[in-house]
Amino acid sequence: MHPPTSKALTKDVAIADARLPERVVIPLRQSLGAPATPCVAVGDEVKVGTKIGEPGGFVSVPVHASISGKVAAIGRFPHPSGGEDMAVVIEGDGADTWDESLKERPDFASMTPDEIREAVKEAGLVGLGGAAFPTHVKLSPPEAKPIDAIILNGAECEPWLTADHRLMLERPEEIIEGLILIMKTVGAKRGIVGIESNKPDAVKIMRETVKSMGEKVPDGATVEVMPVQVKYPQGAEKQLIDSCLRRKVPAGGLPMDVGVVVQNVGTSLAVYEACRFGRPLVKRVMTLTGTPVVKPANYMARVGTLLTELVDEAGGIKGDIGKVISGGPMMGIAQFTLDIPVVKGMSGMLFLAPDQVDDRQPEPCLRCGACVHVCPMKIVPVMIEKLVMNEKIPMAIKLGLNDCIECGSCAYVCPSKRRLVHYFKYGKYLAAQARKKEADREAARKETS
Amino acid sequence: MQDHLLISASPHIRQDVSVRKVMYSVVVAMVPAIVGSVYFYGPRALILTLLACAAAMLTEAAIQKMRGVPVTVADGSALVTGILLAFNIPPGVPWWMPVVGAVFAIAIGKQVFGGLGYNPLNPALLGRAFLLASWPVHMTTLWLPGRGGTLSGMSLSGIDVVSQATPLAVMRSVGEIIADPSSTTHQLVQAREVLTQLGSHEMIANLFVGNVGGCIGETSALLLLIGAAYLMFKHYIDWRVPGSYILTVAALTWIFGGPSGFFTGNALFHILAGGLILGAFYMATDMVTSPVTPKGMLIFGVGCGVLTSVIRLIGGYPEGVSYSILLMNVATPLIDGRTRPRKFGEVKNSG
Repeated sequence: MHPPTSKALTKDVAIADARLPERVVIPLRQSLGAPATPCVAVGDEVKVGTKIGEPGGFVSVPVHASISGKVAAIGRFPHPSGGEDMAVVIEGDGADTWDESLKERPDFASMTPDEIREAVKEAGLVGLGGAAFPTHVKLSPPEAKPIDAIILNGAECEPWLTADHRLMLERPEEIIEGLILIMKTVGAKRGIVGIESNKPDAVKIMRETVKSMGEKVPDGATVEVMPVQVKYPQGAEKQLIDSCLRRKVPAGGLPMDVGVVVQNVGTSLAVYEACRFGRPLVKRVMTLTGTPVVKPANYMARVGTLLTELVDEAGGIKGDIGKVISGGPMMGIAQFTLDIPVVKGMSGMLFLAPDQVDDRQPEPCLRCGACVHVCPMKIVPVMIEKLVMNEKIPMAIKLGLNDCIECGSCAYVCPSKRRLVHYFKYGKYLAAQARKKEADREAARKETS
Repeated sequence: MQDHLLISASPHIRQDVSVRKVMYSVVVAMVPAIVGSVYFYGPRALILTLLACAAAMLTEAAIQKMRGVPVTVADGSALVTGILLAFNIPPGVPWWMPVVGAVFAIAIGKQVFGGLGYNPLNPALLGRAFLLASWPVHMTTLWLPGRGGTLSGMSLSGIDVVSQATPLAVMRSVGEIIADPSSTTHQLVQAREVLTQLGSHEMIANLFVGNVGGCIGETSALLLLIGAAYLMFKHYIDWRVPGSYILTVAALTWIFGGPSGFFTGNALFHILAGGLILGAFYMATDMVTSPVTPKGMLIFGVGCGVLTSVIRLIGGYPEGVSYSILLMNVATPLIDGRTRPRKFGEVKNSG
């Protein structure tokens, strides 16, 4: 599948530090796991890197202040993943001073795996590719699952987005430093940077960097850069593992089942910063793009920066906006307001003009089979869609509902514009509801017996 | 900036295809064959085709009005059905036959089941089957010879079996004469001569170009293949169904189709004669009524090929394409259910 890449607007625009925001709204839900619980009160002074939220469990991450200033409010605010969520609002003091408790570690190369894991956990790292899975969890595979290879994901197959591409061009050394740290943490001997071959400049720079950093790679370990075929969804975890290593993650399984951990290139950089400078994840690189944006750009933006401010910095908007998407056009989430903050998992913000918005309505399914041919997970989208529409969830799961990675390939090619991904998301939601109900019933039964 | 933004589930971009585009591409692909039918059989071929199209589209619109659902006659699917139905009737039939066939095809073949996407059988083929069952003489005798040529594509005069029959019917009669122990020596000699003629370069060339008797749209393999190439280039038809269908017919007619023993059949003749090219590329590939899985498509094509060969070689009709596709249409849900691809990372033998 080859959707138009549409990356020309920002692929040659160097990453710029976004203006220091005067006010940030930092959601406490920053990962796929449980949201953090606030550990500051309104009126508290905070510095950059001061912890403002404690993790809400193992699969959760702490949240830190991204500017220095005063906590102005704690309450519900629009969240880019839809709806509203708890967030901490900080009014900045313009000084941008870092928390003194954060310690640099010039000797980071001698950190033990446990120390690295702890640093990553304390830094509140999540996967920066978009899914925002807590990084420390991925770096803590059970002993029964030895990891022999780390793949850094530099595929960036989502159209329009160029943040990872720019990061590889501009900060290759730190990315490789991070990779070496990650390899050390899980004891992997093999490190691979997978890059779609339509970014030859990134392949070249990363290769040169790997060569020049040869002495830093521990004995017996290897680091290599691997160009992979340009095809959507090449950057999906399981597809990238298959492309780089010819290993197939079992259905329902995780990459660690085939001895692999995949991290986004940006996450690798963040691992390095967390270890080397003790710095929590308070900013991330993101692409602000789309034809209505006056000056599309790649920004290093503070977590909590309001989108409206970034748009101002990018010269504002020309003409009308039809759709605003957090992430890319294939998997991103459409926004109902511009009053949303940058979160850790936001790889980009895409603005579409009204004439670029595809609002064609669904027609009857022709059973052409196009969705079956493109599905990277080899499920039969047309069958699962019908099952979910009829709320036959157990059968839909049997046919692979939960294997769906929501890449959108099926809906992209469908001549009838069926809302396939919509129904898969809905089906997964129904399945989760059913599981929860079952668990509650089980708990109630145990209580009474 | 904006006070209302559109919210919808991902993906937010989609390929520039639609039901309309698919359907009108099929129409465009059939234009060469329509032009060919006018060349070979005269303007009445076009008139019959237009009558079928008009009847199909009016029926679709009228029934959708009655059902109180949106009238989607502009999507082109009824137009495709109309053309395909006309392609499947002899050019010498009276004007009302394509009309009756098209009304039946749309009303009973499609709208009764809920319209586009829900019909289990190919509507055009169901229309043809209805006409064939109701007016068998019309449907099997009202042939016209090709332009300046003959019905059978051959120029052997004075031989009974050749005079009033299409190439496939000739092939069938010849086979019967040779297999019949009561045939006279004279008959056998004649039959052998005809058989040789059927395999001649001249005959194959006539079949390929289409200058023989047959249904309106089926005779010219060349013109049909031009359209099919266009549809394949556009990815609107998959190679699996026509490929496996034609290869199966070729293999079976070669192995079992010869009067002088195994492996003496004329596969090329069977591929080009009758409606196999039309059926394989334009009707067996009908999206709604054929499987969606890659393996299922292969099985569907092989099934059509086996049935076509069985009907042609040992059944009661000289031609077997339409019934074999209809029969395989019925099997489509079964095939789909049993040929789901193995999920990514699914372990063998786990369902």
